[in-house]
Amino acid sequence: MGMLAKAAAIGAFAALSLGQAASADEDARLIINGEEEMIVRAAPPAWSPLPELLSGWLFRTVETQRLQMDDFENPGFTSVDSAWETWSLPEGSAGKSCADCHGDAASMKGVRAVMPKVNAENGELWTLEMYINNCRTERMGAESWGWNSGSMVDMTALISLQSRGMPVNVAIDGAAAPFWEAGKELYYTRTGQLELSCANCHEDNYGNMIRADHLSQGQINGFPVYRLKNAKLNSIHARFKGCVRDTRAETYKEGSPEFTALELYVASRGNGLSVEAPSVRN
Amino acid sequence: MKPLKLALVPVFALALANAGWAGDVAAGDVVYDDGAVAVSLSGMAGDPAAGKKVMTTRGLGNCIACHTVSSLSEFAFHGEIGPTLDGAGSRWTEAQLRGIVSDAKKTFDGSMMPSFYKKSGYIRPGNAYTGKAASEDELSTLLTAQQIEDVVAYLQTLKD
Ligand code: HEC
Ligand code: HEC
Ligand code: HEC
Repeated sequence: MGMLAKAAAIGAFAALSLGQAASADEDARLIINGEEEMIVRAAPPAWSPLPELLSGWLFRTVETQRLQMDDFENPGFTSVDSAWETWSLPEGSAGKSCADCHGDAASMKGVRAVMPKVNAENGELWTLEMYINNCRTERMGAESWGWNSGSMVDMTALISLQSRGMPVNVAIDGAAAPFWEAGKELYYTRTGQLELSCANCHEDNYGNMIRADHLSQGQINGFPVYRLKNAKLNSIHARFKGCVRDTRAETYKEGSPEFTALELYVASRGNGLSVEAPSVRN
Repeated sequence: MKPLKLALVPVFALALANAGWAGDVAAGDVVYDDGAVAVSLSGMAGDPAAGKKVMTTRGLGNCIACHTVSSLSEFAFHGEIGPTLDGAGSRWTEAQLRGIVSDAKKTFDGSMMPSFYKKSGYIRPGNAYTGKAASEDELSTLLTAQQIEDVVAYLQTLKD
């Protein structure tokens, strides 16, 4: 499908999905391109309060689900294509590209599944975005990318795609433990004038409608996520920001220690679900 | 409405827009008795038609985000978070309904239902839906005293 035709088709779907909020078939299986099956339901880790881990894909309408079942229909792939080009584009004072050091992007297989993780060199918890920017500024002599810039989000899509189908498996013990605890604390804190925590909506009420929205478990195995609502790929922290803002609270910033810790905790609640990026949501 | 109140409006219009009417019971002064609030917060009767508007408008009460209400079926998308409000006027007294709408946590411990007539005690309160910080003295209650009364009046029409 040509780019324009594709854009038109997406517009039509977006309009449709507004009219039908009701849930899709929750027994559905996610098989991409007719061959790659994703784990969309998984047994929870022992500490998890959830009886079963469910991918956000299960909670979307059949039309939205279908867009993710075929890479040619998946609007997130335009971004993956542009990141392929960036991957071998030399930039910065060192005149190097990602490919010069990392070879094929396939070398990034497995990276997304364990992010965020503690950086052994400095003991800090780092997300995928931080590793990428570190290569740009420290190894390429290039400008860092903005957290939600097209270049950054596209690159996280390309790197995450290399792990598609692999189970999320972030470490929560050892050096990661204090970050995980901090993230957990944030998850259960009722913020803002509406006094709502992540858990109020995504733990106690997944499966329920809140006005026109069908609540999922708020998993991040599908990120970056292409949203029909804003017609672009969205970072994990941008999504967190939107949810916190909707409690009438002061949000945290993308890349803040709070959101980074929260990302680890939320990722761990999906340990066992497949990396699905780039996924499609309304 | 007392004429005195009307005369004050132009002079204090700015302050009033945020704080509500001078005759309102201030959020911090509401007396809860086992969750219930006996007296009108605005000193006036509620208007059920206005209450219906508050309950179905996203920027206001948006009660149907969490509750289904059969008599509001003309408005699309009712949520499933709380119980249906059908029959609420038979289950609860006026004072209990006023207490629930003002601060449901006083009736249902730890409830997910927002406290619509409260101004303090928040963690990271924001300036409406901007994501920016708001200091507690800048905050207004989610609904005004009269809006609470209007909603209570509408709820009382929901009989079994
Ligand atoms: C000058 C060589 C060099 C360049 C250019 C470079 N990197 Fe790296 N990168 C490294 C080294 C060395 C590491 C750390 C060792 C490792 O994990 O491979 C690393 C680590 C990473 C990691 C973390 C991997 C992990 O498992 O922890 C990511 C992600 C990454 N690079 C992405 C990129 C991207 C995207 C680009 C281009 C924008 C890029 N790198 C450019 C050398 C480079
Ligand atoms: C008032 C309810 C509410 C609260 C509180 C809330 N969210 Fe959400 N969130 C939603 C809705 C509605 C959606 C879109 C539908 C869905 O996937 O649940 C959503 C979506 C998400 C998604 C995207 C899931 C996907 O599959 O793409 C993530 C991640 C998320 N929320 C995380 C969080 C986190 C973390 C918090 C706490 C900081 C939080 N949410 C608080 C309502 C809420
Ligand atoms: C974020 C979700 C949410 C919103 C918004 C909300 N409520 Fe509730 N409400 C609840 C929940 C949950 C309960 C059940 C009590 C509990 O927490 O156990 C409840 C209980 C009630 C009850 C008692 C129900 C019964 O009859 O037993 C009434 C009455 C009520 N709400 C009215 C309202 C009104 C009026 C509004 C709008 C001004 C509103 N609610 C907005 C979640 C909500």
